[in-house]
Amino acid sequence: MSAWEPVIGLEMHVELDTRTKMFCGCAVTKGEEPNLHVCPVCLAHPGALPVVNERAVEYAVRIALALNCTVNRRSVFHRKNYFYPDLPKAYQISQYDEPLAVNGWFDYWVGDEKLRCRIHRVHMEEDAAKLVHAGGETGRISGSDYSMVDFNRGGTPLIEIVTEPDIPSPEAAREFLQQLRQTVIALGVSECNMEEGQVRWDANISVRPAGSDRLGTRTELKNMNSFRFLQQALEAEIPRQVAILEAGGSVEQETLHFDPETGTTTPLRSKEEAHDYRYFPEPDLVPLELDPAWVEEVRATQPELPGARLERFMAQYGLPRADAAVLAASTPLAQFYEAVVAAGAPPRPAANWTRGEYLAHVNAAGLEPGRGFVTPERLARLVRLVEEGTVSTSGGKEVFALMVEERAEPEEVVERHGLAQVSDEAELAAVVDKVLADNPKQVEQYRAGKQQVMGFFVGQVMKATGGRANPRLVNELLRARLDA
Amino acid sequence: MASLDTLRLTAHEAKRLLIDGEISAAELTRAYLDQIAAVEDRVRAYILVTADNAARYSTKVDREMQAVRGPLAGLPIAVKDNMVTEGVTTTCASRILADYQPVYTATAVRQLWDDHVVMLGKTNLDEFAMGSSTENSAFHATRNPWDLGTVPGGSSGGSAAAVAAGEALWALGSDTGGSIRQPAALCGVVGMKPTYGAVSRYGLVAFASSLDQIGPITRSVADCALLLQHIVGRDPRDSTSVELPEPIVVPRDERLDGLRVGVPREYLAAGIEPGVRARFDETLALVEELGGRCVEISLPHTEYALPAYYIIAPAEASANLARYDGVRYGYRCQDPVDLLDMYERTRGEGFGPEVKRRIMIGTYALSAGYYEAYYGRAQKVRTLVRRDFARAFAEVDLIASPTSPTVAFPLGSRTADPLAMYMSDICTIPVNLAGLPAISIPCGLSDGLPVGFQLIGPAFSENRILAVAHALEQAIGFDAVPAFRGPHAQAGDAGSREGGAS
Repeated sequence: MSAWEPVIGLEMHVELDTRTKMFCGCAVTKGEEPNLHVCPVCLAHPGALPVVNERAVEYAVRIALALNCTVNRRSVFHRKNYFYPDLPKAYQISQYDEPLAVNGWFDYWVGDEKLRCRIHRVHMEEDAAKLVHAGGETGRISGSDYSMVDFNRGGTPLIEIVTEPDIPSPEAAREFLQQLRQTVIALGVSECNMEEGQVRWDANISVRPAGSDRLGTRTELKNMNSFRFLQQALEAEIPRQVAILEAGGSVEQETLHFDPETGTTTPLRSKEEAHDYRYFPEPDLVPLELDPAWVEEVRATQPELPGARLERFMAQYGLPRADAAVLAASTPLAQFYEAVVAAGAPPRPAANWTRGEYLAHVNAAGLEPGRGFVTPERLARLVRLVEEGTVSTSGGKEVFALMVEERAEPEEVVERHGLAQVSDEAELAAVVDKVLADNPKQVEQYRAGKQQVMGFFVGQVMKATGGRANPRLVNELLRARLDA
Repeated sequence: MASLDTLRLTAHEAKRLLIDGEISAAELTRAYLDQIAAVEDRVRAYILVTADNAARYSTKVDREMQAVRGPLAGLPIAVKDNMVTEGVTTTCASRILADYQPVYTATAVRQLWDDHVVMLGKTNLDEFAMGSSTENSAFHATRNPWDLGTVPGGSSGGSAAAVAAGEALWALGSDTGGSIRQPAALCGVVGMKPTYGAVSRYGLVAFASSLDQIGPITRSVADCALLLQHIVGRDPRDSTSVELPEPIVVPRDERLDGLRVGVPREYLAAGIEPGVRARFDETLALVEELGGRCVEISLPHTEYALPAYYIIAPAEASANLARYDGVRYGYRCQDPVDLLDMYERTRGEGFGPEVKRRIMIGTYALSAGYYEAYYGRAQKVRTLVRRDFARAFAEVDLIASPTSPTVAFPLGSRTADPLAMYMSDICTIPVNLAGLPAISIPCGLSDGLPVGFQLIGPAFSENRILAVAHALEQAIGFDAVPAFRGPHAQAGDAGSREGGAS
């Protein structure tokens, strides 16, 4: 493998959460009865004309700015022509040679390494309708008994983000897309719901001799909406291409389908069937002219994004990258964490508790971070109880669970369930002495050099105190006696 | 009730009769329905006459007139059948939309409905407005009321013939390459194509989006101004529509002192019939008599305008007409075996030959590898044509030309001479490419058939054009009316397959 390196470029399609569609006033909805949200424009009735959704433009600009793109003062909509029942006008209004924004970059992390991927372009278009094929075996239009079209989705604003081929591995591709998705969510322009296909990806992949700067012939994986399958598909495609090249063959430029069951890629359609989309400027729309002052207003009201927040958390709170990454990824979680710190919890323990007990709790309960009984103040007080030694770490976890269960203040829980840590030296010394007296064999083993037996003694002390003994003190007392 | 001569009555006169209470809206509408009953079997201007609706609605207007009396209330109108009308079948003269029931109404028509105009019906056209003779209708050809053996021009031939034949007080047409002005000229009525964007295209079934424009076809220039007043304006549903810099005013001018009129030598280069040329020259003489001055000018890229038009219009049409696929509305072929079969047969059976020809030309022109050579170059020519006009308007106030090089030609006669056919659009097509306003007014007869005089102005100079056209109209004093001259033999039914602009 080391003789070859993969080169990966990605395209991401995001449906925007605007109230209305890209070119008409119909509501953007999910899971409603088919064909409820349609009008002459999105059904392409004779004479109907598109009108650009200004909010969609703002959202697209937010994405472009988050990706450090140059937002073009002037961009142009084109018609992309092809016949299909899910495309009522038989052309998609998209952007072509004058897109909304170009030449950006996006920084993302793979492990502890920060990588930069250049962004080729960001453009606006409209989504197609949804087809449902009845009968037949393939689930495709050919061979079906009949097909039905649901135009509710037709005309939903869609953003296409295209990268340069800068991504060095399947794992990096997955990380890139996950972190890009988190960024789009943080912008508040799309929930990027994957089950509903609100976000879809295409990947281009080629291989070349390691260290070469030439690009090999690429293949394309289209319309994926699972991070795992995308990574698996790319991982399967690399050895396939390498095997072809090492056998002296050449890779054919084609679109591939990934079968998650077999873990293999197979050709979907060959380039002979490639469409000629006959792009030309959409005469029903005037070019989109963006006032630079307005773009600056949008820039000034951008929220903090996960990438910047991650680095701030590392610098400001001294968090390890992994902790910072988890907390920074989601805006509500990040806000909760910072509120915990603001309520007086030391940053690093606060981070551990937030990404540990708290995150598990909200995930299990299906809560958005910040909602529910566990307020930042309550968690901060619990963190302080642990940090001040009032309860042990394991005791703290118990307090957390009981606090949720009984909807009670952490101090109350400690009190009611007697979970306060025993830090009284005389009380603990008595327990330690008893444990040593009851286990003479293990004492001998320890003194003979078997240090691991220490853990056994600590366990015995904990058992005898119901887990409430201050572990630091127990260790001190044990060593004072055994090492003497 | 006053006796009404629908062949001569103008909207201004009709409006005065209504205001003075000399006639009711119902009587006015009845007069047009009677004339339709009398001559429509010979003229065939309409695809659909909505007689019952018109009678009912005019009565309602009479009843409610005292309360809400709009400036156009009760005036009957004919609408070209490529503007969608909710509840009234809209066919575009195509088999593919033969039974199409629109679910909304075109903005221009809606504005008139809101003004309580009475719609008489939907008029014939070349299928999807592609043609210059109204012979390309899937249903029937329309005849010119001046001579029933000749065409009314096209594609708004139904609207122009209806107004000329007294079957409508006035009408709406649409103009992509001359489709209002040329039939107005051939039928001896007034027709105006406004500046691109002045009238909303929302609900106008698209032929070539960057060229299409709705406009009035009327009996007088003052009527033209009155109707235009009520259809212009920015429409939030049409991104290419604009607010006019000044309101349209009904002209009263009689003098043309200081006016400079340019006459492009390229428009007079070839193919102008002597009778047309004579009426045109006489009208130029009138311009000078009224205090204006005529100078020869040059629009050097004129010869390239035509080929550019025949790339751009079909290219846009190829995409605009792709939506007629049998999936959601309109004609669908019987028992398709699969998707491709449905597409091919629906469109193969639904479109006529001229429409298919243009779809194929347009598709070809946009294809990979040909785009730059055809569409790209055509757009560059378009820019040059615009510059020609801009340069000319630095020297002159308006440009004048014959509207059409010939008078109305016999049904079915043009297929043999494509050059004459192409040349017939030479004076109107460049105006659409440049997005400019232009009017055609009758300036006399040649061999008993009307001749049209075209005035072209800079963008948004509608008021200037209307003022000059009105002064000339008064000086010309054109008062002939059509005689419905034979032959009564059926001629040029849907079989004629002529091209021509639109």
